[in-house]
Amino acid sequence: MIGFLSTTGAGEPSFWLPSQSSTIAQRVDSIWEFIFWLSVFFFALVVVLGARFALKYRAARGQGTVATTDHNTVLEVVWTVIPTLLVVVLFWIGFRTYIDMSTPPENAYEIQVTGQKWQWLFTYPNGYVDENLHAPVNTDVVLVMTSEDVIHSMFIPAFRTKQDVVPGRYSKLWFNATETGEFDIYCAEYCGTSHSDMGAKAIIHPEGEYEPWLKDASNLHGRFPPVEIGEKYYKRFGCKQCHSLDGGAGIGPTFKGLYGTMERLSGGGSVLVDENYIRESILNPQAKVTEGYSPVMPTYQGRFNDQDITAIIEFIKSVE
Amino acid sequence: MSTAATTPDSNYLNVTKGALSWLLTLDHKRIGILYLVSILSSFFLGGMMAMLIRTELLTPGDTIMTADQYNQVFTLHGAIMIFLFIIPGIPAALGNFVLPLMLGAKDVAFPRLNLMSWWLWITGAFIAVASILINAVDTGWTFYTPYSTTTGTSVTLIVTGVFILGFSSILTGLNFIVTIHKLRPKGMTWFKMPLLLWGLYSTAIIQVLATPVLGITLLLLAMERVMGIGIFDAALGGDPVLFQHFFWFYSHPAVYIMILPAMGVISELISVFSRKHIFGYKFIAFSSIAIAVFSFLVWGHHMFTSGQSELVNMIFSALTFSVSIPSAIKVFNWLATMYKGRIQLDTPMLYALSFLFLFTIGGLTGLFLATLATDIHLHDTYFIVAHFHYVMFGGTVIAFLGGLHYWWPKMTGKMYNEKLGRIASVILFVGFNVTFFTQFVMGSRGMPRRYFHYQEQFTSLNQLSSVGSYIMAVAFFMIAGYLLHSLAKGRKAPANPWGANSLEWHTPSPPPFDNFDREMRGVDPYDYTGWKYDESIEGYVPVGGGDGTRDSRAV
Amino acid sequence: MTDSHGSEGHPAHLQHHFDNSRQQFSASKLGMWLFLATEILLFAGLFVAYAVYRSNHPEIFIYAHYFLDTKLGGINTMVLLLSSFTMAWGVRAAQLGQRKLLVALLSLTLLGGFGFLGIKYVEYEAKWKHGLLWGTNYNPESHDDHTGADEHAEEVEEAPTAPETGAPDRLNLEPTVVPPSATGPAGTVPPGEGLPHGQGAEPDNVHIFFGIYFLMTGLHGIHVLVGMSLIFWILLKSIGGAYGPKYFTPVDLVGLYWHLVDLIWIFLFPLLYLIH
Repeated sequence: MIGFLSTTGAGEPSFWLPSQSSTIAQRVDSIWEFIFWLSVFFFALVVVLGARFALKYRAARGQGTVATTDHNTVLEVVWTVIPTLLVVVLFWIGFRTYIDMSTPPENAYEIQVTGQKWQWLFTYPNGYVDENLHAPVNTDVVLVMTSEDVIHSMFIPAFRTKQDVVPGRYSKLWFNATETGEFDIYCAEYCGTSHSDMGAKAIIHPEGEYEPWLKDASNLHGRFPPVEIGEKYYKRFGCKQCHSLDGGAGIGPTFKGLYGTMERLSGGGSVLVDENYIRESILNPQAKVTEGYSPVMPTYQGRFNDQDITAIIEFIKSVE
Repeated sequence: MSTAATTPDSNYLNVTKGALSWLLTLDHKRIGILYLVSILSSFFLGGMMAMLIRTELLTPGDTIMTADQYNQVFTLHGAIMIFLFIIPGIPAALGNFVLPLMLGAKDVAFPRLNLMSWWLWITGAFIAVASILINAVDTGWTFYTPYSTTTGTSVTLIVTGVFILGFSSILTGLNFIVTIHKLRPKGMTWFKMPLLLWGLYSTAIIQVLATPVLGITLLLLAMERVMGIGIFDAALGGDPVLFQHFFWFYSHPAVYIMILPAMGVISELISVFSRKHIFGYKFIAFSSIAIAVFSFLVWGHHMFTSGQSELVNMIFSALTFSVSIPSAIKVFNWLATMYKGRIQLDTPMLYALSFLFLFTIGGLTGLFLATLATDIHLHDTYFIVAHFHYVMFGGTVIAFLGGLHYWWPKMTGKMYNEKLGRIASVILFVGFNVTFFTQFVMGSRGMPRRYFHYQEQFTSLNQLSSVGSYIMAVAFFMIAGYLLHSLAKGRKAPANPWGANSLEWHTPSPPPFDNFDREMRGVDPYDYTGWKYDESIEGYVPVGGGDGTRDSRAV
Repeated sequence: MTDSHGSEGHPAHLQHHFDNSRQQFSASKLGMWLFLATEILLFAGLFVAYAVYRSNHPEIFIYAHYFLDTKLGGINTMVLLLSSFTMAWGVRAAQLGQRKLLVALLSLTLLGGFGFLGIKYVEYEAKWKHGLLWGTNYNPESHDDHTGADEHAEEVEEAPTAPETGAPDRLNLEPTVVPPSATGPAGTVPPGEGLPHGQGAEPDNVHIFFGIYFLMTGLHGIHVLVGMSLIFWILLKSIGGAYGPKYFTPVDLVGLYWHLVDLIWIFLFPLLYLIH
């Protein structure tokens, strides 16, 4: 019962709310607390009066009527006006804080976010892509978000913030984390089969540790063999939406056993699928299109460097 | 119309016989009963889905089904409960039976339309349920685009079903508005109508004005799926969020289609069982109309996180708060009605008190959601799930049960077992709070709704919630048991078991085919001075003698 | 719904639950007005969709409306207005018990309905032939032989022309399988740097206009059909002399419905055909 009525404490999760780990969380929680106690008061008022009347005036079956006054305009106006004034206050404080929540500060650190079934992808300013959100503590961070398929919603409970991610447009969400550590990220807008597994972590790095992390993490080629990097790219950069690994039909040719075969081209002629052809197809996809497929692949010029392309070629070779 | 002799024992139940005499009846009372049976069957189906959901959520991982099945089950639970049960619940089932009786009329204005409305309901329900069997729908009852336009399940079919159900709802609303305008008896001015009629009237306005928009929305959705028209498809230059605006323009007022008649029922119950005139009649009546008007202006609060502009969010937040005022007025007026009354804790009154408790929680938690800053955190979490169950179940379903118990003697001519009734209402109350109060906590701690898997930290709360749902199931089986038992073995109901004064209690239970054997005049429905308790029939009889069903008690 | 009003057409038209004919008539009339309100709200959804897209993409509407034939639209407006007039006169004839006049006027009204649908058919067929359809079916092969569009094409702001290789015909694809370029893989393409699309002076997504055009006129056409069936039915009844000064409710109500159908067209015509 004590736990039930205790509301917020700094940092630690309370009975009602998760940990308070962003600047905005503290402000939201103080509003939460105000509404909570207001509600407790009115709830107690209604229940105490209701229970008291029900017990005090309880009567045996078969009662006649009681003649009392059937209205009292002054009283009724009073209990109309008081709630009205209270909700005006609520509206105002809620709106003030909301405006600050919805307006990203200038010069905030920008991270691109893509929602897709059923994964979040975070693209950092240097082009590195990660499945989790990494950010420095005590820094304004803004997420610029869009969706590749259906509507998703970025929800970080510990930061008390949430924003729908809609296909065909960009939406923004900002926060300034006050604590380091790992926090849950959920998808809050229903998006199909694995909606409930579309989670990620917000990993908040201590002062001075974020930039080194990003540098290290971006150095994929120093940490993983090319085949694994190629596979990561395959999953992250949308290749898998068109090119299957199991021979299944898709928008583009399957990667299974592709390397080393001769492909017929639309418009006549044929080409051996070797390193040079794959490289060309990534950078200038419309140059030589395999027969039976539409020229729909976007170019990846400027997004992959030679090392990246080598990794992808190695991955395609490995799919047999 | 019918030439059936009105012998003393002739009533609407036995005046004609055979299945067709029911399926093609034009009698509002029989149509009410048809609706009652239909919606209770839907409630049973929706309830089974709820049990499946809560059982699945006993553990954080897979429990009894796959993720896809879970998505289908919660979609069906929502769609069935909203479109098949709760929207037609009080208006079409209880309202159809009671409204003309309360008006002292012989029938609703358009009996054929009334029958057609039920048949449309049956058709729509059949199509909606068929879509489950063919290729279950997994969009959630809200059908958000672009998910609903791209999923491979039979969305088009269920949308067709809901479209037809919408027509059914429009016809009921239209019928009620005309009936209340044109068929009030002499002496019944607008302010002498029972408050339930104000509730049904404001509901009917919403039904007539909002449902067509749902119709066109679903039509656009179907066109999008069938013809690829692209209005809601971002890839074709359309706007997926526009769908949400269209959808909630109907579906938010629809919430008030659910709650307004419930409030009307509660106004009747609290006054009758407090043996006291309702307090502040006009404030309650006008607050119903106010809620109906405001209900059209608040749909945007479902989209605070959708990316609509701050200005729009501000306006919708302010308008949303405005709905809380008339609701608060009603609660205070009900409390004032109880003050210094002679309160009888019969089953219907226990439901009314439950309503007061649960609806207050539902309403107050709405403040968290109308406030922009806190809604951002709570939107699409279990807090929302708990909030709308407190309003729709704790409010509407509880009031529906209260009304069902209150008018059961009038409908069937039988009394149910009062003691079992009280016990079941208490079990239901406990089970309800165990189920849904825990969901407030889950939600504010951050558990999103429509989650098949959840994190370990929410396990105990989920299990508690599931246990609560089983308790509720027990209560519902009890209720079904004693109500069915009463049909066979119940004590014969007196004409006026509760000592109420609205016109439906001025005719025998069950009423004759033509409702009344005389022309009725309006009375003050909350003036109980004309009735005294008669021990021998366990019901009320007029102070002046007789049984209240023959003499003209007009004032 | 009209069924219930109308089938009271037998001489003993007063139903048992009404006190008198006047109460029954005013109830029917109120019911009809409410029903018309629901009809207007049904169309209101489409008008809102129209307003949203027109304010967001005025260029689409300006560009596309030149493909509609104002002359045929104008003739259709006149046809409907005239049929509304004959309908209104018909109600008057029913009230005065002029049976032959009523039959003649209802027949004329019905004829107007057929005329409207006939002209509409000519318009639809032309759109169909030129591929001016909704969504992914929009495939205007024969733009060039439509002079109206060409004259106007000069006024439309020049869209970037597509390079030879880089302009895949997106519209022929499944809309959801390939992400649109602006939101391309992994969200790494900033807005505005996607593949150039659009050719010449044609704005993007012209199909939106035709989608709305077919939805609005199609739904209206269905209403015309319903209205014509109702007129046909009261026409049959009035040949049998069912209506007179004492009972003309169905004629009155069908008349109201027909005026609504007319009224909606009065809004559709300028909104779709006469855009500036």
